[in-house]
Amino acid sequence: MIAEAGHYALVLALALALIQSTVPMIGARLRDPVLMNVARSTALAQLLFVGLSFGALVLLHVISDFSVANVYENSHSLKPLIYKITGVWGNHEGSMLLWVSILALFGGLVALFGNNLPLSLRANALGVQGWVSTAFYLFILLTSNPFLRLVNPPLEGRDLNPVLQDPGLAIHPPMLYLGYVGFSISFSFAIAALIEGRIDAAWARWVRPWTLMAWMFLTLGIAMGSYWAYYELGWGGWWFWDPVENASLMPWLAGTALLHSAVVMEKRNALKVWTVLLAILTFSLSLLGTFLVRSGVLTSVHAFATDPTRGVFILLILCVFIGGSLSLYAWRASSLKQGGLFAPISREGALVLNNLLLTTACATVFIGTLYPLGLEVLTGERISVGAPFFNLTFAPLFVPLLLALPFGPLLAWKRGDIAGAAQRLYAAGIVALVSIAVLWAWVRGGSAFAPLAIGLAVFVIIGALTDIAERSMLFRMPLSIALRRARGLPRASWGTMFAHVGVGVALIGIVCETTWNTELISTLKPGDVAKVAGYELKLDDISQRQGPNFGEMLAHFTVSEGGKMIGVMTPSKRSFSTRAMSTTEAALMSRGVSQLYISLGDTAASGAIAVRIYHKPMVLLIWFGPLLMAFGGLLSLSDRRLRVGAPKPAKASRSLQPAE
Amino acid sequence: MTRKQRRLTMIGGALVVLGIAIALVLNALRDSIVFFSTPQMVAEKHIPAGKRFRLGGLVEPGSLVRGDHMAVTFKIADGSNALSVAYKGILPDLFREGQGVVAEGALDSSGVFKADTVLAKHDETYMPKDVADALKKQGHWKDDYEKAGKKPDGDAKPMQGASR
Repeated sequence: MIAEAGHYALVLALALALIQSTVPMIGARLRDPVLMNVARSTALAQLLFVGLSFGALVLLHVISDFSVANVYENSHSLKPLIYKITGVWGNHEGSMLLWVSILALFGGLVALFGNNLPLSLRANALGVQGWVSTAFYLFILLTSNPFLRLVNPPLEGRDLNPVLQDPGLAIHPPMLYLGYVGFSISFSFAIAALIEGRIDAAWARWVRPWTLMAWMFLTLGIAMGSYWAYYELGWGGWWFWDPVENASLMPWLAGTALLHSAVVMEKRNALKVWTVLLAILTFSLSLLGTFLVRSGVLTSVHAFATDPTRGVFILLILCVFIGGSLSLYAWRASSLKQGGLFAPISREGALVLNNLLLTTACATVFIGTLYPLGLEVLTGERISVGAPFFNLTFAPLFVPLLLALPFGPLLAWKRGDIAGAAQRLYAAGIVALVSIAVLWAWVRGGSAFAPLAIGLAVFVIIGALTDIAERSMLFRMPLSIALRRARGLPRASWGTMFAHVGVGVALIGIVCETTWNTELISTLKPGDVAKVAGYELKLDDISQRQGPNFGEMLAHFTVSEGGKMIGVMTPSKRSFSTRAMSTTEAALMSRGVSQLYISLGDTAASGAIAVRIYHKPMVLLIWFGPLLMAFGGLLSLSDRRLRVGAPKPAKASRSLQPAE
Repeated sequence: MTRKQRRLTMIGGALVVLGIAIALVLNALRDSIVFFSTPQMVAEKHIPAGKRFRLGGLVEPGSLVRGDHMAVTFKIADGSNALSVAYKGILPDLFREGQGVVAEGALDSSGVFKADTVLAKHDETYMPKDVADALKKQGHWKDDYEKAGKKPDGDAKPMQGASR
């Protein structure tokens, strides 16, 4: 009954999406406010029904109704409740349902908070959202229905893949999807603007908070996924340049560029055509990511060719939306008026450079991800493009980006003074050079790469702080006045600072971890001591334990530093009987922002156990960086001028028209 | 600067960055990609010692020998040929005899494949993509692999590996 109700709700949502995708757009054509207002109610009703449908699937998983194929294949009655819930999106059908639910959520939010939008813009944008939802509802209902019943209901389920039975799964996919799908809003607004043939600074002001929100979630989602891989896979890597990861990195890079170009458009009414293109590209890359992950093309080009229904369907969606939107762009872009001239050396110029480097970096990731697929389809030759490729292409493009980063916020709009900006960055430059020299002396002629990269990160961090210091006149005014000025700065300036500092912090973490991590692989018997990076780890004993749906072997380590005990670590190996699989649960111990990491290997007949012990200096900074970036995004989002739903008449934007 | 000059500066800058990026990509594609082979392809093609490639196939049952200090040797077979592989370190959880694996490394002068990375997947019925394709081509494909191998879950990291 629940399954049928969920299925029915999903069909109703499809019907509503069909109305949403046609009626309001006809209304916008005919300038009929009644028809245009249909968008709002259908978007909200659609959210309600898809929410019911998603709730039904969650309920089926919670009550372990194994007569539903999706529950049977991915659940088990002994599974802890949290994994029964998160298991809903740990499989193809459920994760697609989550995808459309989030799409409907964003549509509903625009409907709720978009009262200050021009009526036709809202109608068109929600109409475009309706197209996207229609396509994905059809995909789910025709190829991946999660509510299918089994004729002979089995008594027990097949359990969720043990790797996915982790709190990481509760957060990572929803975050990632909030990011991916959130970019659909800027896409819909861009298409709506192209349809109307009118775009102005106010448009950028409406689009920016949505982009910012999607970008924040995507940042957190990627960071979360990276940390999950780090502790769950048991070999201490945090980024593998795996196509699945690249699929989320590409929209992030394009989205970061979009965020910056939207600033130019909002403040200076320039770069309109480019911003619209970026909005289209960002969501296209999100769709591409969905295609790569969901079609099975990554597992095997041949599997894709032999069972093509799902893959071809998503490919079709991809072609229709990307092809359609780019054609519309080619046809209508010239009708958007250009505005806002600026000199190459200016804030706008710096943001153009930022966009150029980010999109180029995104393109290299794109090539590295799709080249092997293309080559295999064309020649049958199989290659793997791994970390070396990306280190040689992606990294060199980020160096100029980071070098230029501190200059951007210090340059004036329209016509900047590079010498003046450089002068204000003296302090940052000197601190960076000193840290390079100190580090170089400390590592005594080791690789020059690490000190230089850390120097660059220091430059970025101090540069970002310099901007705030300059704006609040710190060191030039009495402290109390400077503090008052700092408090009065727009939150967006603080947001910029936190996000930019986050970039530098993440870079320090990445460089320290890759350059100075220590690894020890050895076989230990109870009583043996391993020494890693000044820590002594003694294996006390090995014990067995029974979990809810797995058996577990735990190794108990006592960790001491300089003879003093500082803690215990218990890495384990779990074996899940239902799927005859085992997973390695690494043990982590944080020392400041550095971590000790132990994971277990095989047990030998003699009772000795293979262990991998890592010391990873500064590794936590890799994830603190993205946290800071997302926090910066949150601050920017709370800025008065962008507050979602804050009444902001379109008149205000007139004053932003360029002087020229 | 006139409007035209400004535009030219912009376009010029963009072209410079794109040019550098293309040079980087071409350079990296020449140097850093790794080709995939099966033992049979190795036997036919004569790959020089020291050239890195990926070797895929099934771990030959009974060939796994564990030595001192976590050194292991095993054979990767594809039905017609088999190649000895030497590896030092912890093998992934799902490494088993009779299962599909992909090893990355290079041949040494005596013709043994020295692997520095061994990959297996987090699923007992999984077959690495390259291995499955190669086996299919050679007609060693069994249907039960297929049924099982068709449920990739995209949110899971597809490979599990061990590397030195």
